[in-house]
Parts: sequence; C-alpha cells; structure tokens
Amino acid sequence: MGKDFSSALRPAIVMTILFAALLGLAYPFAMTGIGQLVFPAQANGSLVRGAQGQVIGSTVVGQAFAADRYFNTRPSAAGKGYDGLASSASNLGPASQALVDRVKADVAKQRGAGVAGALPADLVTASGSGLDPDLSPAAAQAQAPRVARVRGLPLARVRTLVAQLTVRPLLGDPRVNVLALNRALDAGVPTR
Amino acid sequence: MTLQGWFLILLFVGILLALTKPVGLWLHALYEGRRTPLHLVLGPVERGFYKLSGIDPAQEQGWRRYAVHMLLFNVALLVLTYAVLRLQGVLPGNPQGLAGLSPDLAFNTAVSFTTNTNWQSYGGEATMSNLSQMLGLTIHNFLSAATGIALAFALFRGFARREAKAIGNFWADMTRITLYLLLPLCVVYTVFLIASGVPQTMAGVVDVQTLEGARQSILLGPVASQEAVKMLGTNGGGFFNANSAHPFENPTALTNFVQMLSIFVIGFGLTWTFGKAVGNTRQGWAILSAMVILFLAGVTVTYWQEAAGNPVLHQLGVAGGNMEGKEVRFGIAASALFSVVTTAASCGAVNGMLDSFTPLGGMIPLFNMQLGEVVIGGVGAGIYGFLLFAILAVFVAGLMVGRTPEYVGKKIESREVKLAVLAIAVLPLVILGLTSLSSVLQQGLAGPLNKGPHGFSEILYAFTSAVGNNGSAFAGLTANTPYYNGLLGIAMWFGRFFVIVPMLAIAGSLAAKKYTPESAGSFPTTGGLWVGLLVGIILILGGLTFLPSLALGPIADHLSMIRGQLS
Repeated sequence: MGKDFSSALRPAIVMTILFAALLGLAYPFAMTGIGQLVFPAQANGSLVRGAQGQVIGSTVVGQAFAADRYFNTRPSAAGKGYDGLASSASNLGPASQALVDRVKADVAKQRGAGVAGALPADLVTASGSGLDPDLSPAAAQAQAPRVARVRGLPLARVRTLVAQLTVRPLLGDPRVNVLALNRALDAGVPTR
Repeated sequence: MTLQGWFLILLFVGILLALTKPVGLWLHALYEGRRTPLHLVLGPVERGFYKLSGIDPAQEQGWRRYAVHMLLFNVALLVLTYAVLRLQGVLPGNPQGLAGLSPDLAFNTAVSFTTNTNWQSYGGEATMSNLSQMLGLTIHNFLSAATGIALAFALFRGFARREAKAIGNFWADMTRITLYLLLPLCVVYTVFLIASGVPQTMAGVVDVQTLEGARQSILLGPVASQEAVKMLGTNGGGFFNANSAHPFENPTALTNFVQMLSIFVIGFGLTWTFGKAVGNTRQGWAILSAMVILFLAGVTVTYWQEAAGNPVLHQLGVAGGNMEGKEVRFGIAASALFSVVTTAASCGAVNGMLDSFTPLGGMIPLFNMQLGEVVIGGVGAGIYGFLLFAILAVFVAGLMVGRTPEYVGKKIESREVKLAVLAIAVLPLVILGLTSLSSVLQQGLAGPLNKGPHGFSEILYAFTSAVGNNGSAFAGLTANTPYYNGLLGIAMWFGRFFVIVPMLAIAGSLAAKKYTPESAGSFPTTGGLWVGLLVGIILILGGLTFLPSLALGPIADHLSMIRGQLS
C-alpha cells in the first residue's frame, strides 16, 4: 500500500498541472479565438444595436416589457425582473400559497387589460431563467387587442405581425421573440 | 401530451440507439489502447504527458494501485480548485472583480466538481470569475468524466480477463479518454454552440439600454467551451445560475435536443463496449434494454404530469400544462424529457426548474437518482453502478432457481456479493441519514423555501442529488450555508468514492478468477427474462428503500395539490 501511494505522488501532481493547462487554459482560449473569428456576433452575445449604435438588447436574452404599448414579457424571478446578472426562477412549489398569490395578481392584471377566457399558461408563470426571450403565440395573441388599442392600429395587422414572427421549430414549441415583435411595432407596422 | 411531444421523445431514443454501436466501437478502441486516427495529431501530447509525469502506460496496475493512483489524482485536482476559488480575488481573468469564495463554499464546490456532481450552492454569474469557471471548474468536467469511464474500463477488464492480476493503467485510461474522446468532441460541439448563440468571450458585462428605456446588464463569458463538456461528461454545472434554462447556455430547441443527446451518448455506447469486452455484444444490448425500459417509464410519468398541469392554477383561469419554471422555447415535452435524461444520467443540468414541477413530475427525477443513477447513468459511473446490480441479480436468480450464480463467464461468489451490497448500501444510508438529521436540526430546517411536504422534498432532493453525484436541485433550498455546504460536500465524497473502492475491489477479484464457460446450469443473461429480472431488482431495491421518504415528500405534496390545500 505504501508503495502504491508513493508511486502515485509525481504523476498525480504533474498530470494535474498539465491537464489544468490544457483543459483549463488552452482549450477555452482556443475556442474563444475560433468563436471570435468565425462567429463574432454570436460569440459576443448576439447583441442588437439601435440607430445610434447603442446596444438595445440581445436576440437571445429576454428583457422586461411592462408598458401597455408593448407586448409584455413573462413574469420574471431574476432579480427585480429580467436581471442579466441574476438569472433565477421562482422555485415555488405547485401548491404554494406564494405562487397562487402571485398568479392571482397577474391574472387580475390581464383581466384588467381586457383578456377574456382561459389564459395561456406562459403569460402568468415565471420562466426557468427569468430571462425568457419568448412568448407562446397564444400568449402574444392574447395581448394583441391591448397593443392595437393603445397604438391605434387595426387588430388584424397586429395579429398578422405576431403570426409572421412566430417561429415553429421541428423539435420545440412554437414561439415569438418579444424583442423582435416590439421592435417591429416601433419600426412602424403598416396600418393597411 | 401531444403527438409532437412523443415524436420528440421517440426520435431522441431512436438516434441514440443508432449511435450506440459506433460510439461503443470507438470506446472499445480506447479500452484496448488501440491507435485511432486522432493519434496522428494528439499522440505527441499523450506521450509528452506520460514522459513529464514519469508514467509507463504499458505498466499495468492491480486494483489497489489503480484505486490509490485514481484517488490521489482526484485529491490533487480538489486542492487545485479549492486554491483557485479561494484566491479568485487576486487572480486574473476576473472582469467583474468578484471576491474569493468562503472556505465552506470553496470546499463544497471543489468536492462537487471533483466528484462529477456539480452541485452548485452558488449562482454562477455573481460568484465565479471567468478564470474560476475555466481553470477551477471546466477541467473537472473533463477529468471527472474521464475518471468515471476509466473506472468502468477497469471493471470491464475484471469480467473480461482470466486469472489476471492487473486491471489496466489508470493514467493511460484517463489520458486516452480525455484526449481521444472528450476533447475532440468538445471542440466540434463548442463551435456548434457558438454558432447557435452561446457566447464565447473573455469579456464580462455588457450594458444594455432596453426599448422601454431601462438599464439591463448582460453577463458574457467563456460559456460555450464549458457548456459542451458540462453535457458530454454528464457534469451539469452551469455557467449561470439558471443553468440550461438560461438562454445563453441553451438558446434554441435544437441546442436543447443536442444537449440531451450528448448527455446520454457515451452511456449508451459503453453498454456496447461492455458486451464487446466480454465477448458477446448481446450482453450489452440486454443491459441497455433494461435501462431504456426504466427510462421510458420515467419519461411517461413526468411528461404526463407536466402536460396535465397544475389544478390549483387551472382554478384561477390558467389553461394548459405546468409552465412555472419552464422556458417557452422548450415547452412541456422537451422540459420533461430533459429532467428525466439529466437525472437518469448523473448530469445535474436543468432546463426547467424542478422545484416548480408538479409533485409527481418532480418525483421521477428524484426516484431516478435514488435508483443509483443506473438508468444509462453518468459516464462510466452508470454502467459500473448497473453492473453492481447485475451481480445482485444473478445472485438472487441463483437463490430462486437453484442455479450457480455466474455472469459473463465469471462465478459470482460471496466476496463479490458482499462488496456489491456494501457499495449499494452507501446510497440509502447517507441519503436517508442526512435527510432525517436535517429535518430536525435548526440549521437544516432553515434551508427550504417552500413549506409543508414540498419543503421536505427540497431537503430530500438535495442529499439524494449529492450522494448520487447528480448535482441538480430543487433550487429553492438555500444551500450556501456552512451547514449544508459541509454536509453536502461530505455526502458527495462518500457517494463517489465509497462506491468506487468496493467496485474496484470487485474488479480485482473477478480478474483473478478463471473463466467458467456457460453450461446448462447457468442462468442466461441475455434474454427477456434477464432484462425483466434486472428491472425488477433495481425497482425493488430502490422502491423498498425510498418509498417511505417519497410518501412524506412528493406523494403528500401531490395529494395537497389535488385537494387545493396550499402551504
């Protein structure tokens, strides 16, 4: 046993150093080099810039939209909501009083905005990351009447916009990117 | 449940079954130490590593030496990570200027990543610098995975060799798996992830002026390089707090699908490698069949429960499945599947928050871990854990029908059975012991976020995840306290190495035995009867041991939920 131990010392220490250099430094730095060279936009966070070149968001990460003139994003438990430095879920259990209280308040808010009928689940539940960039098409359509009213747009145009921006991937559920939707609104939807 | 959801699940299993043999063949080449095309490029690196550390890869080791060398390497890695985390504040690669970790958190995290657990008491973005993520954590994602596969190879040799003293060379196994399997796959995988929208930069925070005029800070970093090996090595430790639910770790439905495939692919391949090593690939397919049956049963329950949704919310006028803690781009099916995949394997990643799953939907991940993560399992750890159950199964079959207990040409005798029971007993002893303790002590009861049975589930889940070296969590538990950091750290160490050492002893004892050819008196270990027996043994052992604890947690929680009794 003693010899097993002493024979292990040198390889254990040297291998730790060698592999740390290879896997902990060379590998991530090499991949960063490749990423920056070949896919610079994605490697740097898929940032979206406004007219003056300022960063207004990322196509990948969600941001908070609470104003009536915008399609609103889902409730978020990341910090005070959509905090990019504190991704988090509510972690509330399904039979938790705190969850029910929160959902009740959000349901009331939607009812106040004139949404009738059963509410799409994603509209009043917090996402896993607190940074969900998407809505289900149903959750977006439920908000369409409010957005159309506030912006003075024909409802049909707003509904068509949602349908146009809906992505239907083969391996996942259909979704609409909220930032893309709201940028399209700001860019001016043809009112025809 | 939708047709599209089931299409996703069946496509997933189908692709893995198609990959089983090709991956198994590649692993078998590494198992035998054969030359691969990659040796042209990486051969000099391998030889250089051996030379500098004074290793002769051809010199084989008995089980004791194999175990000691493996353990000492793991201790050295643990010390390195502990040092990097403690010194984070003075080391470079820290664009956010984060301070070093507290001693208990650094200990917990170092043990966690060394043992392939990747339990995270911290939130990644607010705790870890880029250098800590790479040098402290990413290296373990490779090396704990390579260690697991190396150990599986050692056990395979125990079954395959006849009257042999040695079970391989740990350094050669570990180095070859890292260089010729994990690293090249991760390079390709990382490029795919970057192209899909996962950041890969040494920069830190980007300031955003949102459309509504608010300020948002978004954290970037070397995410893709870590994400790739986090999945492939069944590690699961996320760059961000929200793990694979975070859009930067898992931006699309396709990345999600590939992440799930990459968690299972090596585990599927290893069953084939085992069959090939013992000279009958049907032995491998029999094991895989038992695993896939248990897996699909779990997926069915979780998907059904999550799609059925939360009746408490339905009463408030909310329609559809349970979306609390889930991302729209994955939806119910891919979130349910992900949770079952990650806990069947020992990958602690989450793409939806298990704490907010329906009680029975969340019970399956818990139960998967309590079965010992032998349904596919962690890379290497899954198959060696499963083979311990196989040893028990032939023993039980021998008692039932009066046959000689034999498995793949080796007589199973009292020494092997005792050691297998010892290894399997670690799980319930530590999980139930520490859960009970934490359910009565003040420090333990301070942890759970939720009240009532769900709070108990949070504690039970934490210790199950730690001992099972999974790393996923009912994340409502506040675990970053000296109490939980310490106990969970110890639980992780026990769960890893107190299984490994008896397992290696079995490997040594089997290798020394002579070959016993199959006779009319042997119990056949390839057909449907054997698969049924394996499934039965695993369910009975897991079920009987943990059912009482499940009744107190998820089952009581479920009954509260359907009665609308809030806590």
